[in-house]
Amino acid sequence: MKRNIILFFVIFVSFILQTTVFQTLSFGGISPNLLIIVTASYGFMFDKKYGMAVGFICGFLMDIFYGNGVLGFYALIYLYIGAANGAFHQIFYQDDIKLPLALITASDFVYSFVCYVLLFLLRGRFSIGYYFRSVILPEIVYTILVTVFLYPCILFLNRNVEDIERGDNSIGKKI
Amino acid sequence: MSPVVKRKRKKFSIPSKYLLLILTGVCVSLMAITFFTEYSPATINRLAGYIIVPFQEGVSRVGTWISIRVDELGELRIVLQENQELKQQIADLTVENTQLQQDKYELNNLRELYQLDTQYSGYDKVGARVIARDSGNWFHAFTIDKGTDDGLTLDMNVIAGGGLVGRIVDIGPNWAKVNAVINDDSNVSGMVLASSDILMVTGSLELMQDGVIGFEQLIDSKEQVELGDKVVTSNISDKYLPSILIGYISEINQDANNITKSGTITPAVDFEHIEEVLVILKTKQQVGKE
Repeated sequence: MKRNIILFFVIFVSFILQTTVFQTLSFGGISPNLLIIVTASYGFMFDKKYGMAVGFICGFLMDIFYGNGVLGFYALIYLYIGAANGAFHQIFYQDDIKLPLALITASDFVYSFVCYVLLFLLRGRFSIGYYFRSVILPEIVYTILVTVFLYPCILFLNRNVEDIERGDNSIGKKI
Repeated sequence: MSPVVKRKRKKFSIPSKYLLLILTGVCVSLMAITFFTEYSPATINRLAGYIIVPFQEGVSRVGTWISIRVDELGELRIVLQENQELKQQIADLTVENTQLQQDKYELNNLRELYQLDTQYSGYDKVGARVIARDSGNWFHAFTIDKGTDDGLTLDMNVIAGGGLVGRIVDIGPNWAKVNAVINDDSNVSGMVLASSDILMVTGSLELMQDGVIGFEQLIDSKEQVELGDKVVTSNISDKYLPSILIGYISEINQDANNITKSGTITPAVDFEHIEEVLVILKTKQQVGKE
């Protein structure tokens, strides 16, 4: 329960920060993708289902406010990214930062690339080199930079929760 | 170790692959519904508006406050104020100038011939503040802090500093999403003021980095259009009110077909630093009906 409250809090804060503060802190018009960080982190920290749920909520928020007239588009992309990250839960260790960084990088790249293909390539904008240089790559770099600070916060929040939950329920659970 | 151990009922849970399938189905059907029908999610918009928008408003207000204070520290207060006044003056003059030119043009051509009424002069406008921007990097839509509660509706035109910013494409009770004309998925029918040639103003992410908008399909057989000509919204657009300034032509190229021309326009609005906008309280459809 507590985990869920924290989850909604994290999504909420990330979305608001992403649309306000980080838009003013953007470098050359490029801002980081906090929702990808949240989706991916929850994916590999908990499990597939969690990743999916978080991805769906994040994507749906994007759809409501910035969807291009279609509801469910971003939700679908984020959903699959969350699910894919959930598959890496088994090789995830809390003290290891390499896997999260790699996964978030990959997730952001996949997200940007899918966005390019579906929203730009299909409308006949073929200069992929340009879009890669000036949108995809800067976004990934900036996102990674923010991950270094944001990911420990998410981890910290949830580490505490896990300790508490374990403490409360350990009697009733099988050992 | 009694054999009558009460087995705890297992919590009901769906395997993750089915959940994935279900959610995918939900997304796809939502997309289909919103794409193929005119259904607009008013309740969801309303809910989201009440939960998210107040926070965005607060955060961006705090952000603006902080940035203003920082500015004041860095620069002299008087210089800042003077600058503001001058900018305001430029904006006013630009509006006035366009209006005058347009009036002259209309007088010469339309009113004399058809004795049309001045049906487009003096639109009612309402000011609004930009509170959030598109969270992705592919499009440049933004959210303003007024919605249906303030009398706004879909397709209302948004201007700032004397030029066209865009139009409202999505709306909630206390927020509205504005699609900027520089956006990659935006197309506006425009007109060169001097020669009244029609052209198509299309936003492009590639050109946005240089601070310009692209235009195409300009048929200029008499070679009249020159660099620096004013481009305004045309009267054949079904979403945009006519004769709102879009920008000035900064580049003209002959297309390969030798019939049409394309090029770039320097927008009249500084899209990088939009903070306050004006919403025209009339849509093209309403004006047409009167």
